[in-house]
Amino acid sequence: MADEQRSSLRVDEVLPEGGSAIPGPLPVRRDEDLREHLPGVEPERRLSDWGRSERIEGLFDRTLYDFFYNYWFRCEVEGVENVPASGGALLVSNHSGALPPDAPMIAKSIREEHSHPRQLHITVEHFFKGYPGFSMLVPKVGCVAAHPANVQRLLYDEGELVLVFPEGRKGTEKLYKNRYKLRRFGRGGFVEAAMRAQAPIVPVCVVGAEEAAPIFAQVGALKRLTGLLYFPITPTFPHFGMLGMLGYLPAKFKVRFLEPIHFDSEFLHEDKSLVQSVAHEVRARIQENLFEMVQTRKSVWFG
Amino acid sequence: MTASAAPARRSGPGPAGAPDAPPSRRILVTGLSTYWGGLLAQRLERDPSIECVIGVDSRDPTRELERTEFVRVGTQHALLRRVVIAAEIDTVIDTRLTVDSTTVPARAAHENNVMGTMNVLAACGGPGSTVRKFVFKSSAHYYGSAQDDPAFFTEEMTRPHAPGTPIERDIVEAEASVADFAEKNPRTLVTLLRFANVLGPDVRTSHTKLLALPAVPMILGFDPRYQFVHEDDVVNALAHVVEHQQPGIFNVAGDGVLALSEVAGMLGKSYAPVLSPWGTGVAAAVARRLGVHIPPEMLGQLRFGRGVDNRKLKATGFRYRYTSRESVLKLSEHLRLHPILRAVEEPYRYEREVEEFLRWSPNVRDARRREDRAGSGQAAELGRGPGEAQAAPAIEGYDDLNASEIVPMVAALEPPQLAALREHECRSRDRRTVLAAIDKALVRAENGAN
Repeated sequence: MADEQRSSLRVDEVLPEGGSAIPGPLPVRRDEDLREHLPGVEPERRLSDWGRSERIEGLFDRTLYDFFYNYWFRCEVEGVENVPASGGALLVSNHSGALPPDAPMIAKSIREEHSHPRQLHITVEHFFKGYPGFSMLVPKVGCVAAHPANVQRLLYDEGELVLVFPEGRKGTEKLYKNRYKLRRFGRGGFVEAAMRAQAPIVPVCVVGAEEAAPIFAQVGALKRLTGLLYFPITPTFPHFGMLGMLGYLPAKFKVRFLEPIHFDSEFLHEDKSLVQSVAHEVRARIQENLFEMVQTRKSVWFG
Repeated sequence: MTASAAPARRSGPGPAGAPDAPPSRRILVTGLSTYWGGLLAQRLERDPSIECVIGVDSRDPTRELERTEFVRVGTQHALLRRVVIAAEIDTVIDTRLTVDSTTVPARAAHENNVMGTMNVLAACGGPGSTVRKFVFKSSAHYYGSAQDDPAFFTEEMTRPHAPGTPIERDIVEAEASVADFAEKNPRTLVTLLRFANVLGPDVRTSHTKLLALPAVPMILGFDPRYQFVHEDDVVNALAHVVEHQQPGIFNVAGDGVLALSEVAGMLGKSYAPVLSPWGTGVAAAVARRLGVHIPPEMLGQLRFGRGVDNRKLKATGFRYRYTSRESVLKLSEHLRLHPILRAVEEPYRYEREVEEFLRWSPNVRDARRREDRAGSGQAAELGRGPGEAQAAPAIEGYDDLNASEIVPMVAALEPPQLAALREHECRSRDRRTVLAAIDKALVRAENGAN
């Protein structure tokens, strides 16, 4: 199946359906710097050009995220100073959970703990755009589709923070018995994106998300029947319905931001072997730190 | 309306590296009877440095033109080459592309978009062709709307999936033949503009019709991103690439991408998620029965939306007058006024004999006067001379207003002001609707005095 080959950052476009269309080329770097021509901010608007809504995001932040961050997961954050205070940076994290709680918690931890609270753009597989309801809500709370051109624009042109999960769906599909074992990091598309934009990569480790939303089994037949991305069996899903997806267990969350990796010269992304070795390096560092954090953790629930 | 083009003209020609085509003097506009063709011709004929403007179309012009010559051709534009050669045309502006399938039947649209483009290109190319510049008006429908689209399409991107609707297929095919033409005729400067959805008080598209409904129909559970461009910016952009040497492809869309719910909010309308997320095509067919025409190429947009990157055109020195948001606000102002104005504006009707009389007859005094003025120095034509200061109109910012905006203000003026305004209008833009409104107000004032 073609989807198996996809990472959350698909740099190499899979062959288009229909066949006659030419596959989309990569967003090549323009010869001229167009950053000064970015549209200005219209203060009357409450939505960004990406569809992000201050109002709805604020509402989620004050209620749901605040509750989960402070009381349910009791997030503990280390090394938040590794997130640059200005300019673009690509945050790379491990991923888990059927409806992953890790992304909003990372975003919240930067807003809460950082000396310059910044907003984070979370890349999501574009499948959300096909689901009614989700399609409306997901961009409003700060998610963008994981397209190389989107990441490039956010990192290079707009100088924003972007969070990617290179494991993609393979990370959220993995079962409880495989917890904290990182999947393949796609094809290194995220490294290429960061190199092209000359933005630093900040590896992020999240511990606790695996226990908060454990998946015991995947039911392939029901997945096909319902047309969902996957059909997991969790402590609360499917017997509590769709809301059961939000039924997280109160595991203690620990978020650790690692030292950033900088790319200073241009055209590094054309060196495929360098891209691959950096991708391996990032993956190894996250894996190492994850094991270390799990090792020193005394309790799943109290940290 | 040369206000926005004037500073650009002062800044000199385009960037280095562009082929040095001589400035356009003899221009041919295809699709003269389309909204854009007409407006562009009106705009071009005001520029005294342009020797002649020739417009071709298969239908009668829909706008009043002063010196643009109209030549009727068949839908396929098969004989265009003879016109081009006979008039030694150096610039061809192709505004003829149909991008809205509700306006014409699919077969006619295909005939126009694909066969027509082929013939127009054939007329411009070939050995001994005098055409040095070719401007093609295309649409952002080229990119389509799909789930795996980027948030902002840049010019070098192509659509991720093959086009599914006839209009989109036509656009892709027409653009392919333009690209082919550009490759085979390196001496001709080819500019291709891809326009986002157009909004404005005067233009009629499926989108303006949809937004004029009491509630904005949407697909349940989807809130697509929309980018608009104001009708004035469309004409300005076309004129900009005619004035400057800018080969290549450019997206034309106002700054800012709006969510459709935001647009509905700005128009003060409610948001009606009446189309079902599954079987939307069937729902659209039902809506069509009820009189709401939602063309198939719009369904994708209503679901996934589209944004384009407009920075490449901005980098060439073009400045948009309106952002997406301002275009929507302008439309909403118009929609409030529309029911009142409908009776005042009378549509222009083309009659060949009348036009010929007005243009060529020695008995027409008005035309003489204009000719004299053009001969005795072009200062008057360019307007805004110091001598005009005392006759400044009583309405603030008069020169930047549309006819539809001026008409309701006229009633409040005093007779001397009206007379001054009439003179000013005669001298500057000579719009029939405005003059009629002023005359009516003058007559009313006279009756009141008696």
